[in-house]
Amino acid sequence: MSVFLATLASILSDSAPIVFAGLGETLNERAGVINLSVEGTMLLSAMTGFAVAYTTGSLVLGFAAAAAVGALVALIVAFGSITLKRDQVAIGFILTLMLGELSSFLGVPFVRVPGPAVQPLPIPVLKDLPILGPLLFNQDPVTYLSFSLILVMWWWFYKTQPGLKLRGVGERPEAAFARGVNVKLQRYLYTLIGGALIGLGGAAYSLHVKLGWSHRHTAGFGWIALAIVIFGGWDPLKVTLGAYLFGGLRALATTLQALVPGLPVQVFPLLPFPLMILTLILFNSEALDRVLSLLPPRWQRALMGILRSNPPAALGTHFEP
Amino acid sequence: MTEVWQNQIRRALLALAPIALALGFTGGILVLAGAPPLLTYEKLIMGSLGTAVKRADVLVIWVSLATCAAGLLVTFTAGQWNIGVEGQIVLGAIFATWAGRVLLEQPGAVAIPAMVGWGLVGGAFWGLLVGLLKIYGRVHEIFGGLGLNFVATALNIYLIFGPWKQRTGGTLSGTTIFPESLWLPTLPGLRLSILSIVIALVIVSAVSLSLRGTVWGLQLKAVGQNIRSAYILGLPTQRLMLSAFIVCGACAGLVGAYLVVGVHHRLVPSISSGYGFLSILIVLLSGFRALWTAPIALFFAAVNIGSTALQLDLQLDASLGGVLQSAIVLAVVLMQGVRERYLDARARPS
Repeated sequence: MSVFLATLASILSDSAPIVFAGLGETLNERAGVINLSVEGTMLLSAMTGFAVAYTTGSLVLGFAAAAAVGALVALIVAFGSITLKRDQVAIGFILTLMLGELSSFLGVPFVRVPGPAVQPLPIPVLKDLPILGPLLFNQDPVTYLSFSLILVMWWWFYKTQPGLKLRGVGERPEAAFARGVNVKLQRYLYTLIGGALIGLGGAAYSLHVKLGWSHRHTAGFGWIALAIVIFGGWDPLKVTLGAYLFGGLRALATTLQALVPGLPVQVFPLLPFPLMILTLILFNSEALDRVLSLLPPRWQRALMGILRSNPPAALGTHFEP
Repeated sequence: MTEVWQNQIRRALLALAPIALALGFTGGILVLAGAPPLLTYEKLIMGSLGTAVKRADVLVIWVSLATCAAGLLVTFTAGQWNIGVEGQIVLGAIFATWAGRVLLEQPGAVAIPAMVGWGLVGGAFWGLLVGLLKIYGRVHEIFGGLGLNFVATALNIYLIFGPWKQRTGGTLSGTTIFPESLWLPTLPGLRLSILSIVIALVIVSAVSLSLRGTVWGLQLKAVGQNIRSAYILGLPTQRLMLSAFIVCGACAGLVGAYLVVGVHHRLVPSISSGYGFLSILIVLLSGFRALWTAPIALFFAAVNIGSTALQLDLQLDASLGGVLQSAIVLAVVLMQGVRERYLDARARPS
C-alpha cells in the first residue's frame, strides 16, 4: 500500500509541469486564443528558469524569469493574432520551432550542469493524515502551487463575475462586446497570464521534475499539454485529470519496462504520448457516439457530459467590433 | 514620376524589412551568446557555398525540402495543417528500408525503384490516416498528425532497437548499412545524385501545375477557402481532403525513401531531421505560391549546411540556423500584418 501511495504521490508531483502548462493553455483558449507555441515556450522557459536559478542561486528568480519568458512569447502571439489578425496557428507553430532552436543555442553553457532544485516541504500535522497526508501534504512548494492553481482556476471560471466575462469572450465575443466588455483587452490579458503559466510549467520541468538542462529537454511535454486541453474539454478539473492520467501512463511505462522483455527499453518512454493522443481520438470518435446511443438517455447525457465537450465557440477566430 | 519612384522604394523597403528584422534579432542573440555577428554571418555563407562539396550538400538537403514543401502546398491549399508530415517521412523511410531488406540480394535496378515505391506507399498511408482521423474521428489534423508522429517515432525506435537491430546489438547509429549496390548513384566524390534533383524538380512543377491548372487543384482551393460552400456546391469535400493528405504523404514518403536510399543508406533514429517542419516554414514563407517554394528551400538548405560549419569554426551551436530560418518567417508573417493594418490603411482614403 505504501509503495502504491508513494507512486501516486510522485505522479502528482511529476505532473506539475503539465498541470501548469495545460491550465495556462486552457485559460487563453477559453478566451478564444490558441497559443500553439506551448512546446517552444516550455523549452525556452525551462532553459531560462534553470539558467537564472543557477547563476543567481535563487529558485524564485528562476521561476519568475520563466514566467516572464512565457508572457513575452504570449505577447507575440497576442499581438500577431489579435492586433495584426494573422493566423494564430501559423504564429504559434513558427514560434515553437524558433524557441526550440533558441533554447538549444542559448542553453549550451548549461547542458548537464548540476544546479539548484526545488526542495521538499512536508506540511507538519497535515502530512500525517491517513492516505491524503502522503499524497497531498508531503510534497514540495511547486506541487502545492499546482494544487492551488487547479482550485483557483476552477473557482475563477465558474464562481466569479470576471470568469463569466472570460467565458463569454471565448464563446460569444459579439455578445460580450455588446454588454460593454473590451474583448481585445480581455484576450490580451488572458493570453499573457496563460503564457506566464506555461512558462512556470517549463521551469517546473527543469527545476522540479527532470533537473537541469539538455538539448530538447522537455521532450514533447508541451505538445502533450496542448492535447490534454482538448482531452479535458477546456475544463480545469478535467484538464488536470488528463495531466495526471498522462503522468500515470508514464509511470506505468516505467513499470512495464521490467515486465515486457520483448520490447526494446528505448520504446517505453515514448508510449504514453501516442496512448494519450489515441485516447483523445477515441473520445472524439463517431464509434463512441454509437456505443453511447445504445445506453438509456439519462446515462447517455451523464457520460456525454464527462467524456465530451465542445471547444469555445470563438476559439481561433478574429474579433472585429 | 517621383511618386512612382517613391512607391517603388517603399515597396522594396517593405520587402526587405522582415529580413533586416530577422537578421537584427539573430544578431542580438549572437551578441547575447558572446559571438561576433558579422563574422558569424560570413561563416554561415562561406560554410554553405565555399566548396563544391558544400554546394552539393546544400542540394542534397534541397531535394528533401523542396519535395516535402511541394506536398505540403497541396494540404495547405485544401486548408489543412499537416503537422503529421514528419511521421510521414519516417514511415516512408521505414517502408523503404523494409523493401531493401527483402530485396537485399537483388540488383540495384530492381531494389532501388522498389524501395522508393514502397516509401511512397508508406508516406501516403500515414497521410491518409491523418485524413481519416480528421473526417471519421473528428480529430483536428494537428493532433491526429502529432499523435501519428509520436507513433512513427516509437515504431522507428522499436525497429532499430528490436527486430532490425544490428548483429552487434541495437545502437543509435541505426540499422545495418545497405550494400553499395542499393545506394542511389551519385556524382563522383559528392553525395549528390542528379536523378534526385530531376525528380524533385518534376514534383515541384507537377504540383505547381496541377494546383493551378487542373480541376482537382481548383476544387482543392474551393475546399480550402470555404469547405461549407464547396460542399453545398456539390464537391466531394471528404474525398478531396483525403486526396490532399495522400498526395502530401506520398511526397513525404518519397523524401523518407530518398533519405534511406540516397543519403544515410540505412534507417537511423532521427531520419526525418526536422525537414517536414522546416518545409512547413518554407510554405508559410512562400505565401503558398508553388514557384517560390523551390528557391526558398534552396536558401533554407544553405542555412542548414552553413550552420553546421559554425559549430566547427566558431564553436557555435548549429541550432542558430534554425533560429534564423524561423525568425525570418515570423518577421515576414508579422510584417504582412503591420502593412495591412498600419500602412495600407493610411494610404486608403478614409
